[in-house]
Amino acid sequence: MKELEYPFDVDYLIKNKRKIKKKLLLNDNFIEKRIAILGGSTTSEIKNMLELFLLNYGIKPTFYESEYNKFFEDAMFGNEELDNFNPDIIYIHTTNRNIINYPTMYDDIKTIDEMLENEYKKYESIWTKLFEKFNATIIQNNFEYPYYRLLGNKDASDVHGRINFVTRLNQKFYDYASEHNNFFINDINYVSSCYGLDKWANQFYWHMYKYAMEVPAIPYLSFNLANIIKSIYGKNKKAFVLDLDNTLWGGIIGDDGVENIRIGKEVPSGQVYAEFQEYLKDHKALGIILNINSKNEYENAIAGLKHPASILLPDDFIIIKANWNPKNLNTKDIAEELNLGADSFVFVDDNPAERKVVADYVEGIATPEIDQPENYIRIIDRNAYFEVTNFSEEDLKKSELYRDNSKRSQMMSTFDNYEDYLKSLEMKAEIASFKPIYLERISQLTNKSNQFNLTTKRYSLSDIEEVKNDDNYIKLYGKLEDIFGDNGVISVVIGNIKNKDELHIDLWIMSCRVLKRNMEFAMMDKLVEKAKEKNIKTIYGYYYPTKKNKMVNDFYDLQGFTLKKSDEEGNKVYKLDVDKYVNQNNVIEVNE
Amino acid sequence: MKDEQIYERINGVFRDIFDDDSITVNANTTADDIEDWDSLEHINLIVAIEEEFGMKFNMNEVTTMKNVGEMVEIIKVRATK
Repeated sequence: MKELEYPFDVDYLIKNKRKIKKKLLLNDNFIEKRIAILGGSTTSEIKNMLELFLLNYGIKPTFYESEYNKFFEDAMFGNEELDNFNPDIIYIHTTNRNIINYPTMYDDIKTIDEMLENEYKKYESIWTKLFEKFNATIIQNNFEYPYYRLLGNKDASDVHGRINFVTRLNQKFYDYASEHNNFFINDINYVSSCYGLDKWANQFYWHMYKYAMEVPAIPYLSFNLANIIKSIYGKNKKAFVLDLDNTLWGGIIGDDGVENIRIGKEVPSGQVYAEFQEYLKDHKALGIILNINSKNEYENAIAGLKHPASILLPDDFIIIKANWNPKNLNTKDIAEELNLGADSFVFVDDNPAERKVVADYVEGIATPEIDQPENYIRIIDRNAYFEVTNFSEEDLKKSELYRDNSKRSQMMSTFDNYEDYLKSLEMKAEIASFKPIYLERISQLTNKSNQFNLTTKRYSLSDIEEVKNDDNYIKLYGKLEDIFGDNGVISVVIGNIKNKDELHIDLWIMSCRVLKRNMEFAMMDKLVEKAKEKNIKTIYGYYYPTKKNKMVNDFYDLQGFTLKKSDEEGNKVYKLDVDKYVNQNNVIEVNE
Repeated sequence: MKDEQIYERINGVFRDIFDDDSITVNANTTADDIEDWDSLEHINLIVAIEEEFGMKFNMNEVTTMKNVGEMVEIIKVRATK
């Protein structure tokens, strides 16, 4: 919903939140999450706004909200309501209003160090306690700057200053964050500075209502928080689809000629595009795929990207569509070729008419409302399409992986027989029980996979850790490499052992990068082998249809399972007699 | 600005905030008359009214206003739009 994307109209949101919520609830495709808000000041409107942003991301929250300023008590001593609530996410909304002891000019450095340590320890003990008690992800505010400076500029550099104290405290929070996977910082220090600290810290709202920021600032806070949460649950975007003329460079290359487009550091109007190109290029390291969708002759598009001052080169893009087709059709073609859902794209085009046609015809795609080139970065950046929560090594190589895939399809065209092609890839797989180094990636995959996903069950990192340590589960990951490169971890299977000799497959996912490589058969061979070791007699497979997973509708039929039950909604239960299973993979060499 | 105009605009804000088109406020309307009008919603209401009329209430006013009529008296003096 456009109203809930940056830049948003705060007054509209505050005034119409009930209407907006009703409209969002018409959608029926939600994942449900329990979110506990432990506040050090009033949180009511923060919760209301958070709900809207999350619903817009397809996440339906239920909330626990602590009593006013009872974050510490709730965390340390617990209460039955919170315990029963069993949150998935715990958000600790504390602000500089919750810092009890600030240094004064009378304190010596040692005392101030102790004050800092005490203040920090209070929070650390909260986090430790919550992690002990709940299998949840914690999101903790850092501290915004105080709104006055007793020491003036020295407040920042002198240990007696509040700015200095808050900065040091924040750093300690970051150190903790860097050592804990299920812990994220909600950076209100940054959000408040973007918003403007003087307005943010409008003291009217503190003295009147005990809000730690002015009410019109709350949508920015809640949006920032919602972005962390949607990222944790795999709702990030995955790729850019970019226009060229007046988006990546100034001017129209077909009319102006390659020598006259504006790009590069020599002139301001070229520099602004160069900086934007740099910003886009940096996304490659985050695993974001770059593509072109431009109304241009193909030769002109390439010529523009080969401009000596261009930062982005033809090779930085996986798919380049430069033709005269409608952009919505090009976008759908790109989605198909990449095996990605078009709703995971961010379409960047300076032309509002093109944005509209794409937004109207490609469901779920983001079409940021960019206006002037000097604002492109800010508008895209604030929307946090690619908010990083779990970063895995895989992400660094993502573009390479997609490029390897296009080499594979070229090679495929030289074979008449598909099995011969598969053999020529000399595929080697590693299929084994979960290992610590892969847990991050495994969790990421469970949250990102939508198409080759039988049950669409999502696992946070802590869920995955739990499964790993529980002997009642058979849990396998699969890695696949071939002559063109290493695909990394691309498949995960989790089976739950019940009634001694039954295995119920809770999760079966595979990345679409490795479709039609027979990896799913290699995985099944290994699963059956592991099941036999545990004296399993019967394996049960489940298929729950979603809008996106039709491609695996007949997965268990192909795997030789027998359909046992199905209902009107298309949910299906399958059964396999372990003793009758015959290994299916003969093209991949499998190691453990 | 005439009183009726102010009431009409206030009424619009109330209807949006509480998503209820049956609401009609008058000078005597108080929080007791509207089910969802609690202290937390009161804050949003104040913010929205301030935005509607391009003005600010001060702390004293927010705590002492007893009904919509008193709100209108302040708006009359201070509205900039």
